[in-house]
Amino acid sequence: MISPDVILFVAFALIAVVSAINVVVQTHPISSALSLVGVMGSLAILYLLLGAEFIAAAQVIVYAGAVMVLFVFVIMLLNAGTEVRTGRSFMVQLLGVPLLVALLGLVAYFVQRIYSPRETVHFGGFTGGSAQDIGHALFTTYLLPFEVTSVLILIAILGAVVLARKEMD
Amino acid sequence: MDSFIVITLIKAFVVFAVLMTTLAYLQWVERKVIAHIQVRPGPYRVGPHGLLQPLADVIKLLTKEDLLPSYVNKPLYLAAPFLAITMALLSISVIPFGPVIQVFGYQTMMQLTDLNIGVLFILAASSMGVYGIALAGWSSNNKYALLGGLRSSAQMISYELPMSLAIAAPLLISNTLSLRKLVESQSGSILSWNILHGPFPQIVSFLIFIIAAFAETNRVPFDLPEAENELVAGFHTEYSSMKFASFFMAEYANMITVSCMAVLLFLGGWVAPWPAAYGSSYVPAVIFAAAGLVALYHGANAARQRDKHTLPVFGVIFLMIAGVFLLPIVQLWLIPLFWFCAKTGFILFAFMWVRGTLPRFRYDQLMGFTWKFLFPAAMLNLLVTGFLVAWFS
Repeated sequence: MISPDVILFVAFALIAVVSAINVVVQTHPISSALSLVGVMGSLAILYLLLGAEFIAAAQVIVYAGAVMVLFVFVIMLLNAGTEVRTGRSFMVQLLGVPLLVALLGLVAYFVQRIYSPRETVHFGGFTGGSAQDIGHALFTTYLLPFEVTSVLILIAILGAVVLARKEMD
Repeated sequence: MDSFIVITLIKAFVVFAVLMTTLAYLQWVERKVIAHIQVRPGPYRVGPHGLLQPLADVIKLLTKEDLLPSYVNKPLYLAAPFLAITMALLSISVIPFGPVIQVFGYQTMMQLTDLNIGVLFILAASSMGVYGIALAGWSSNNKYALLGGLRSSAQMISYELPMSLAIAAPLLISNTLSLRKLVESQSGSILSWNILHGPFPQIVSFLIFIIAAFAETNRVPFDLPEAENELVAGFHTEYSSMKFASFFMAEYANMITVSCMAVLLFLGGWVAPWPAAYGSSYVPAVIFAAAGLVALYHGANAARQRDKHTLPVFGVIFLMIAGVFLLPIVQLWLIPLFWFCAKTGFILFAFMWVRGTLPRFRYDQLMGFTWKFLFPAAMLNLLVTGFLVAWFS
């Protein structure tokens, strides 16, 4: 008997992976951006399955809702056309797939080494995902990284404003 | 477990049916309200006082030719109206209409589902709804549609910020993200509603929310995406028949959702303005009885021959409704529902009132207003609320 959680997990994990591949395969920028929205959306469902409802909602609001809408907006504004595919070089044809497999193998090996599976994941077993828990963790345990990240984002915004102003002059 | 599924199915059906009827008749109400603001009768031909006009509109939209222009991006052009209407209807599933009630021995909430992230769910659904409009504008391959889609997405992203900040302030006071608990935290009287309650009354935040809500639903005075004197019909220029109707319905569904949100966040949801101990549960009965008596009086002293027969019928119907509000069995759920509908109806009326009163903004005014005034004001309001809540708790 397969539980509905597992079916949902497999379905949305598949959608996430297929959409992620689609981002690269599609030639039109709008299609790529929409595939990325698909990745964000299915990731949100995966967070929800793990019991992290606040992070799931934040994922949809911030990434799928705000960031990707801005992407789509910019693509629409610039009216970017279909990209032209150039022929692949000899080195890419020869080494592309072996290098990719090697990279994936290395990543898998290190993940296995660093986070050795102490116990299997149980759906619904994680209960620390409510807004209260996340807020508590952010403002006590992770206060310094949280504040540093916000300063980092502020620096990025200032940098963007400075660069944009230079363009205008 | 089985009874849970049956009850949920029944509730989903009832909510869907009521929502669809409201959507159809909201259009009629809006045309009537605007007509009376402009001193004309409004729709009058189809049925008495134009009451069958929505039905005629539905038949017209269903039987019109469904054009598919040859130059559109087909998959996105077809997906856009579907996306818009789905996201608009999705949010109604977490809106609570009344307290927990007993029906034939089963205990159930007057709500489809109570999420403990209900507020965030509505924000997420509304932020995904932008795609419907943006993609409709882009995939039509039409300069007017593209400009409308661009304006709409820019406007909705910009006004989402002050709206979220305005929502955050009452959440600080109520200390929850679940819409049901939000209303329960405001129970009592008008003084415990978030708009007047607490260390810091949320009047400013209510006004910011309402202004942002007008922009989020693309309504006058912020209906730049469909400014007909500049952009033909904006993002839905190339749409016809049911696809056009989907955008139309999505706009009205969004209007209902933001009105419900305003009521739940600031106006105490289904809570009566004063406690039942001081007779607030007799208000609906008194209102309907008064309406019935007025109809009976005018029926007795009728100016026109026809009114002698119609007005007494309406008078008796209103008196019967007043009687229903006095039955103790139905009072438990009917009176909270009455207050909820009355408050939501008032805000929906305000939407129409503003449409009949204000002219449209210019595009740079629209953007300047939100970034230079609304956003800082919402930020300041949130900061003050946060400090005061921390100080008093």
